[in-house]
Amino acid sequence: MAYPGGQLSEEKVFKDPVHRYIHVRDKVIWDLIGTKEFQRLRRIKQLGTTYLTFHGAEHSRFNHSLGVYEIIRRIIDDVFVGREHWDHSERLLCLCAALLHDLGHGPFSHSFEKVFHLDHEDFTQAIILGDTEVNAVLKRLGDDFPKKVAEVIAKTYRNKLVVSLISSQIDADRMDYLLRDAYYTGVSYGNFDMERILRVMRPREDQVVIKRSGMHAVEDYIMSRYQMYWQVYFHPVTRSAEVILTKILHRAKHLYEEGYDFQTKPVHFYSLFTGNVNLQDYLKLDEAVILFYFQQWQDEKDEILSDLCRRFVHRHLFKYVEFSPTNEQMKKLMELTLLFKRAGIDPEYYLVVDSSSDLPYDFYRPGEEGERLPIHLLMPNGELRELSRESAIVDAISGKRRTDHKLYFPDDFIYDLSTKRAAKKKIIEILEG
Amino acid sequence: MLTEHAKVMKAFAAAGEIVGRKKLQKMIYIAKKLQFPFYEKFDFHFYGPYSEELTWRIEELCNLGFLNEVKEKKGGYFQYRYTLTEAGEEFLSHYDIDMPHLQECLQDMNEQNSRFLELVSTVLYFESLSKDEVKEKVFSLKSKQRYTEEEIEQAYAYIAKLRHKVQKEVRM
Repeated sequence: MAYPGGQLSEEKVFKDPVHRYIHVRDKVIWDLIGTKEFQRLRRIKQLGTTYLTFHGAEHSRFNHSLGVYEIIRRIIDDVFVGREHWDHSERLLCLCAALLHDLGHGPFSHSFEKVFHLDHEDFTQAIILGDTEVNAVLKRLGDDFPKKVAEVIAKTYRNKLVVSLISSQIDADRMDYLLRDAYYTGVSYGNFDMERILRVMRPREDQVVIKRSGMHAVEDYIMSRYQMYWQVYFHPVTRSAEVILTKILHRAKHLYEEGYDFQTKPVHFYSLFTGNVNLQDYLKLDEAVILFYFQQWQDEKDEILSDLCRRFVHRHLFKYVEFSPTNEQMKKLMELTLLFKRAGIDPEYYLVVDSSSDLPYDFYRPGEEGERLPIHLLMPNGELRELSRESAIVDAISGKRRTDHKLYFPDDFIYDLSTKRAAKKKIIEILEG
Repeated sequence: MLTEHAKVMKAFAAAGEIVGRKKLQKMIYIAKKLQFPFYEKFDFHFYGPYSEELTWRIEELCNLGFLNEVKEKKGGYFQYRYTLTEAGEEFLSHYDIDMPHLQECLQDMNEQNSRFLELVSTVLYFESLSKDEVKEKVFSLKSKQRYTEEEIEQAYAYIAKLRHKVQKEVRM
């Protein structure tokens, strides 16, 4: 069925705690929201394991996707319409890409991608272009429409202005997740004046730029991005949960490869373990499925798998110490590795270094010419200037490098001196030293 | 642990000094496409394949004193120069990373300019498409760079040359 007229007879609205209302007027958007692939996003948390640190962070990729759509809708319909450089015939393409940009995310996708060498963006493409309900809906707008949507999300669409609305240093995706994650985690520092930013956004050739008069609102956005990175996304307790989750997946895969006889067969994991994940298998995965296995695997005979699952399910996480992998510290790490083995604690699963580069978030850096597109201010004389050249605040936080490494370990194992006392005492000495 | 950091450092040990972040990004991307086991995830950005993870990792290695970064003013912008430090070499000595033929490939890439490597990495990014489609992508997505058909052919030839280097040595 095509879309004659394209509009719903009556506007639909979703109540949303961040944007108050999400407005849907186009039939294609309404139908996309109703597809099973999009509804699946309700069962995938936006922030993965962060709920174990900030208990409110239970919001889903579904909420966020609607939020990104709503921001794009406001930019296009309220700010860009009628302006030079903006081609309004791209409106529906933009809205669909905004809504579907995270479609390929799986459960705890960061850990899954790391362990099983997957890329959620490949699955986004596969869902949009494959034999799916989403594809069938998009095709009603033309046979090549799914391909165009996929290209916008992959950032390879010919109209770069459309791409930069969805994905750039100040895009709808980042604006929504910062506000939404701040709201659900309950922190106050993620807030910024999005309404103001939307009002000063301008289409300029192949990028979105910000009027100079809106610089202070953008400074606030940059600050909130920086704060959210260090205070929420990179929180050491969340990272501890992420470390354990990753190790569970590694252990389960290892056991499968060794021919271990699981009491609860990891049916949903088989294609992941063998590296042959097809789209249909992938779409069956969600957090409910994964947590079911973690619950069950608490009773497995393999002590490492059952222990790690118990830790994750009951939030009995690893402790950490600051760790700067200088050469001196690396020698200590090697010594610790030997001592862990001597203490009967497998360092492969129980001694883990985690670094800032292990996370899929970043904060603003202007970078080098031609490295990646920075935020440009539109000056009153029509010139463009990179943000940090005009803003002392942005220059201050983007010019200073800050990185972080932590060493994670199970303190309960180590402080239990009833066995392997000598080795454990030495471990404690090094960790506390 | 920290093996991915060590692999990136191995690239510096193999290539020698690398001038320019853009060049560095494209070199690692091309190496990854040649099946060298770099882990960093790349996306297509305004200027071609780019990895935020790699940017982070370089920052970490600089902060740890394993890489030396020199910031230089070049025209209206800054450019960065990277070399492995003695401490970096010592760190690397903790790891037994064997990436046969990496040195040959990276040194060759290091002799190319970043504009050409941007084209090569873009061609590789779209390598699943036909040559005509790749050309269309280059002309539409890189219109400001004004690449010519001849340059695209050179990029294909260069990729074949790099692949031959890797495969030739594997066969031996």
